[in-house]
Amino acid sequence: MKTVFQRPNALTDMPTSYCPGCTHGIIHRLVAETLDELELTGRTVGIAPVGCAVLAYNFFACDMVQSAHGRAPAVATGVKRANPDNIVFTYQGDGDLAAIGTAETVHAAARGENITIIFVNNAIYGMTGGQMAPTTMPGQVTQTSPYGRDTTTAGFPVHVCEMLASLQGTAYCERVAVDSVPNIRKAKAAIKKAFQNQVDGKGFSLVEVLSTCPTNWGLTPVKALDWLRDNMMPYYPLGVYKDRSAEEL
Amino acid sequence: MEKVLMKGNEAIAEAAVMAGCKHFFGYPITPQNELAAYMSQRMPRVGGTYLQAESEIAAINMVIGAAAAGVRAMTSSSSPGIALKSEGLSYLAGCDLPAVLVNVQRAGPGLGGIQPSQADYFMAVKGGGHGDFHTVVFAPNSIQEMVDYTFAAFDIAEKYRVTVMLLTDGILGQMMEPVALIAPETKAPAEKPWAVTGTKGARPKNIVNSLYLSPELLEKVNIARFERYDEIKRNETRCELYKTDDAEICVVAYGAASRISRNAVEMARAKGIRAGLIRPITLWPFPSDAILEAADRVKAFTVVEMSMGQMIQDVELAARCKKPVNLCFRTGGMVPSPEEVLKSIEEVLR
Repeated sequence: MKTVFQRPNALTDMPTSYCPGCTHGIIHRLVAETLDELELTGRTVGIAPVGCAVLAYNFFACDMVQSAHGRAPAVATGVKRANPDNIVFTYQGDGDLAAIGTAETVHAAARGENITIIFVNNAIYGMTGGQMAPTTMPGQVTQTSPYGRDTTTAGFPVHVCEMLASLQGTAYCERVAVDSVPNIRKAKAAIKKAFQNQVDGKGFSLVEVLSTCPTNWGLTPVKALDWLRDNMMPYYPLGVYKDRSAEEL
Repeated sequence: MEKVLMKGNEAIAEAAVMAGCKHFFGYPITPQNELAAYMSQRMPRVGGTYLQAESEIAAINMVIGAAAAGVRAMTSSSSPGIALKSEGLSYLAGCDLPAVLVNVQRAGPGLGGIQPSQADYFMAVKGGGHGDFHTVVFAPNSIQEMVDYTFAAFDIAEKYRVTVMLLTDGILGQMMEPVALIAPETKAPAEKPWAVTGTKGARPKNIVNSLYLSPELLEKVNIARFERYDEIKRNETRCELYKTDDAEICVVAYGAASRISRNAVEMARAKGIRAGLIRPITLWPFPSDAILEAADRVKAFTVVEMSMGQMIQDVELAARCKKPVNLCFRTGGMVPSPEEVLKSIEEVLR
């Protein structure tokens, strides 16, 4: 019998804690496939965030550290500087990375820290029950923007890839989405590149993954994918924002 | 042994390097800057990392990462910066990671002032982060002790998997004294099987974590950690007793204030007052037994602090109301004179 589909070795057999229809599972799988294909699991240390992915330390089969809210890039810096041969990645949501951890994110990029960041942007704080996030879009209704995000009082969302692309230290940043098979394939390629860059010592690489939160968006999984396409993609255009990975070291 | 003349901040840095600390993460703040500056010069020469972080918070989280990866790591700061690091101190404790932290105290609250102070006693000993945990706190009172307890700090941190703080102040950080730089043989465990270094496919994965969603489990973990703290209390509590055998009054002071107090004890003795000095060297664990023992013999205590009075609460607790406890203090960056301490000694005896 031929095996055509199985769990990547870089994922443990522990059932994830994500809601039905949530795209974290897909993104976990893409990271794990990458670790398998590049044969990195044994030398990788992952940093789990605070947020829905807090328990990621149970799901990835590599060594893991659970960090304080927003501090994953600083913790990753410490791990990487201690043992530069390790492959170090963080897996963070939008509240973690683009609000409380903005300084840690920006300065890890500015330093050109040779780490990989998987940034899951679903425009909402998921684990705490659906509050307005730094990436919540104008007009978007959340628990703490019940009349829709009013930019006159709540300001504007942070475009992470655009911001980090302006920093000299950023080697690679790309925004992808996991709403469809073609886009999932592109997301996989981007994630693989972000890890390969680290292997090659190219420096700071970040992949922003537009993701859904059916539970807190109040939509079915399928409708959530539509909402992502109709609302998030126009506001957060997919694409490569910076890529120095082809440059010679 | 040959001695070298060194500034306190630099002496701590050199001792840390000699102790095998190759990872320093800092952020500028007065009056600790010489420590980071020394590291920035020294680390590249020993193949280590000096990294100036974007904030105190980032610096302590980098320490968390490096400590989790199994290397000796430290950070230093001064009072307002240590307050920022309290998040990291709590996570270090929750993750059972060894780390060394230096607080070169300045005056507060708020931006306060840059002159020496001891007003972070509460923060160091009672708080400095959320949740049930302790930080081991050393209070050296000379440059030699700053060196000696830096070595001890790394060993104790690794032996018990705790954070050890060197609580100094602007006087000790800035002043120079001759020191013997001798690295004692380390007593720390050689292996760190819990560290995240990559499984290399040779062992089950390691997780460094402070999250326990089950209250039953978290209670057990916290109680087990406090059993370790009890061991630290038994093994590591340190204090110096100076002329306490026949003392009718005991001065209690730590760090820079203890040096002034020692002069005051001599002045009192010259006037026929049998004064002594109890100098806590560890502030947590606090040498309560030494205070309690003295409480049966002395008429009173005078606590000398460069704060509005913080350690005095621990002295009162330890003395169990057996004898009066007086406070001699200066605050805001002011330093008490031996004459002021002497006056306090005479007052409490009256």
